[in-house]
Amino acid sequence: MSAAPLWQAFRSAAAEAWAGGAGALLPLGFFAGTCLLVPFSVGSKAATLSAIGPGILWLALALASLVTLERVFQADVQDGALDLWVQLDQSLSVIAAIKTLAHWCVSGLPLVLLTPIFAIMLQVPADDLVPAMLAYALGGVSFFMWGGVAAALAASVARGGLLIALLALPFYLPAIIFGALALNEGLGGTAILFLAASTLFSLGVAPAAMGAALRLAAD
Amino acid sequence: MQDTVLVKGHQLSAIRGERILYRGVDVEVRGGEAILLRGSNGAGKTTLLRQLAGLSEPQFGSVVRTGDHHWIGHANGLKAHETPRAHLSHWARVWGSAARLDLVLERMTMVRPADVPSRMLSAGQKRRTALGRLLLVERPLWLLDEPFNALDTGGQALLSTMINEHRERGGAVISAMHGDIPIEASREVTL
Repeated sequence: MSAAPLWQAFRSAAAEAWAGGAGALLPLGFFAGTCLLVPFSVGSKAATLSAIGPGILWLALALASLVTLERVFQADVQDGALDLWVQLDQSLSVIAAIKTLAHWCVSGLPLVLLTPIFAIMLQVPADDLVPAMLAYALGGVSFFMWGGVAAALAASVARGGLLIALLALPFYLPAIIFGALALNEGLGGTAILFLAASTLFSLGVAPAAMGAALRLAAD
Repeated sequence: MQDTVLVKGHQLSAIRGERILYRGVDVEVRGGEAILLRGSNGAGKTTLLRQLAGLSEPQFGSVVRTGDHHWIGHANGLKAHETPRAHLSHWARVWGSAARLDLVLERMTMVRPADVPSRMLSAGQKRRTALGRLLLVERPLWLLDEPFNALDTGGQALLSTMINEHRERGGAVISAMHGDIPIEASREVTL
């Protein structure tokens, strides 16, 4: 088993996420828009904003990750590329996980890198920025992995975007809970460890579910 | 390679909803043979091919494959933003192919549109790109679903030649088709 198919899966998925214009910009715009609306809806008092800021960012990040998930597998089902992936000797689960991670690199990672800007805007103390970014990065991976399972399940459904959201959101709970706790506790607490554990769990379990769902979609 | 059974489908059946598409179908192909799947629209030609390829589980019966196969489905497998060159080089790398890409493109007469995104290509050009995958790696069995669709006369002649050459090398072809076929079949299976 060589690594070439895996690397190709990553490359093609990244190119696909990028292509069609607005590949990485769409979730970014959604994320920025959500964050910008917050001060208008809750008021611009610094105390209020700094209290809810990290939680709002966390929520916006979770929702923004849903924006692109529809595109991870749906095109493959429609254009027949999935049939070719299924017939490889490589495990479909690994291929699916790699494709999902490629999408995370293109449309999830930029969000993490941009969070400091919005965090400052929402009055998050500057000392909390780095731990917050780490938590967002960890949590983002688990959002994408569970979202990938939902995307694989909804791959053969036309306009499955909303279905993906419905399927994925319950699985976001652990990362949401531990992530929000980690933002309060900082790097020294146990919550960040639980967040890391929930991400590891998603990396271990989600690929198998994606593989099974895609096999079903190809059948 | 002649006379080795490349794929054998035994008593295959397919059920769609509450309808039986076909049942008790036996297919067997040996090196050098070409088998045509015939049947009206909706008779289950594509389903049978997918079962032989291992994409679908047959409800009853069994499929045994002894070697690798190429799959050319109804859909070409091309992304809208992908160029023919990118598509072929992608799958060449996935499959560890040593074939020279420019030669494959030349054979498929796709040199001029090689760098055009597939959304701007004609249906026939997309099909030629997909068929180019057959030349990337040598595999004994080709499973083709209506491969002559959308091809012009030149494309049809090219594909017939490719199929004949493949059979001379000891390869085999199973192809779903309707209408007149420009290849000489060893057997037909009618659904």
